[in-house]
Amino acid sequence: MTDLTDLSLAEAREGLKGRRFSATELTRAHLAAMEKAEALNAYVLATPDKALAMAAESDRRIAAGEAGPLEGIPLGVKDLFATEGVRTTACSAILDNFHPPYESTVTHQLWRDGAVMLGKLNNDEFAMGSSNETSAFGPVVNPWRRKGSNVKLVPGGSSGGSAAAVAARLCLGATATDTGGSIRQPAAFTGTVGIKPTYGRCSRWGIVAFASSLDQAGPIAKTVRDSAILLRSMAGHDPKDTTSADLPVPDFEAAVTRGVKGLRIGIPKEYRLDGMPAEIEALWQKGAEWLKAAGAEIVEVSLPHTRYALPAYYIVAPAEASSNLARYDGVRYGLRVPGKDIVEMYEKTRAAGFGREVKRRIMIGTYVLSAGYYDAYYLRAQKVRTLIKRDFEQAYASGVDAILAPATPSSAFGLGEKADASPVEMYLNDVFTVTVNMAGLPGIAVPAGLDAQGLPLGLQLIGRPFDEETLFAAGQVIEDAAGRMALPEAWWA
Amino acid sequence: MSVDEKTVRRIAHLARIAVTDAEVPHLQGELNAILAFVEQLGEVDVEGVEPMTSVTPMVMKKRADAVTDGGYPEKIVANAPMSEDNFFMVPKVVE
Repeated sequence: MTDLTDLSLAEAREGLKGRRFSATELTRAHLAAMEKAEALNAYVLATPDKALAMAAESDRRIAAGEAGPLEGIPLGVKDLFATEGVRTTACSAILDNFHPPYESTVTHQLWRDGAVMLGKLNNDEFAMGSSNETSAFGPVVNPWRRKGSNVKLVPGGSSGGSAAAVAARLCLGATATDTGGSIRQPAAFTGTVGIKPTYGRCSRWGIVAFASSLDQAGPIAKTVRDSAILLRSMAGHDPKDTTSADLPVPDFEAAVTRGVKGLRIGIPKEYRLDGMPAEIEALWQKGAEWLKAAGAEIVEVSLPHTRYALPAYYIVAPAEASSNLARYDGVRYGLRVPGKDIVEMYEKTRAAGFGREVKRRIMIGTYVLSAGYYDAYYLRAQKVRTLIKRDFEQAYASGVDAILAPATPSSAFGLGEKADASPVEMYLNDVFTVTVNMAGLPGIAVPAGLDAQGLPLGLQLIGRPFDEETLFAAGQVIEDAAGRMALPEAWWA
Repeated sequence: MSVDEKTVRRIAHLARIAVTDAEVPHLQGELNAILAFVEQLGEVDVEGVEPMTSVTPMVMKKRADAVTDGGYPEKIVANAPMSEDNFFMVPKVVE
């Protein structure tokens, strides 16, 4: 029998159904792989006892004929999701040893459907970062390396632990969140599939908040089909999140084999950036050809406000973050550093508990919301956001079903390589993904090939609101044409 | 627009984050780099454009004004760095 950790989620589901192996065996195989992969630092907390107890429950339900749609499937959970009784930190020192007395809606639904929790995954502190280097637990190492090199690379961020764990076969799928590209960029850097669904598709309840009008949960998985299977369980209306959409959850997996015949796929001309690497341009072209060969019509579209998405994002997201992170005050949970009075206690606690990137964003957010600057920055950015969304609405109104773009402007870069760069340079990683959050649209990143260094590159498909199904259909066409990504050899084990 | 050292200290205080003298010039440089980057939004013609308030057109759901949860103060204070009799403890704020 091949190693159980090599299976896709869909393959493992079949194996469990056919009783070729038990949920306990499948879970043990992943726990063993996790133990050998500590060098990657993908998990910040392993929960083997809980995993084995959940797997035993799954085996009992399978035997009783009561299996749920994800019965016995071992998953990793980004440390941004509150898990009842299991330490949840958002990878920030300020949450210290927080043990939530409740479970996030998304993870609750995964366990409801029979999935098994292996542990909590590393991420950029409060999901603020594009390389997983801002985590209080230290950086995650990408399981991919350049051909003939042992230089450590970043897995992308903020869901770097999720992406690395899936690529390194340390789980069959993982939860992730995406505020400006935090699912799609790490998926592209690790040769995995990641989908950020439409804003409102998944409940945000119990997910540590970063920027509430942009945050969305979604899965990272090995294949398009696996991501469709996971999203179905994660999605759905939740009365506890007033922004969650009261819409039925489609059978996303059924859409995977739908094909793209007769669909119109838009190529946004504004995404052709100056200085874009030729390899990215060529891959994008190839993606369009694949979709065309599968029966889609390729048309050029214009999204004229694209270049303003990133600067508008770096006003809106920090503004919301500065407000959301006001709750970390050393009173109700987490770290407390004593002071001579309450204000000094707040200031010392927050100075000690937040990392540099988080402090920077809180301060930018505080500034743009402060008296006298609100109109010039925040209000203007929200107006620009309306224009960005209008661009997409016009493209879709012209008959385009989905938009094809690169997922990232480069492949994975080295750990520490951008340490001396200005924060803005790191922000440029999100240039192709951030528009999608600003407009609340769904976007999927699918591995589409390797660059000359042997590193994975991804393509991104952007859909109409609540039309994730077309993304799964078109994503599968790309996966079929590119061939399922062969994940890297386990050099770390 | 750019910020001076005094403004950096003011923002830090508004954000309730203690900053050392050594940190201020560095923060000032970083904040100014970000502010310079967002400056380009000034080019966009936003005349007559409504600011976005909701990314998807939806009416916010309301529920009956009734108590649906609660009654477990010990769980609420369980993670507090300091608590007594199910109350959060803070330094004295009223003289």
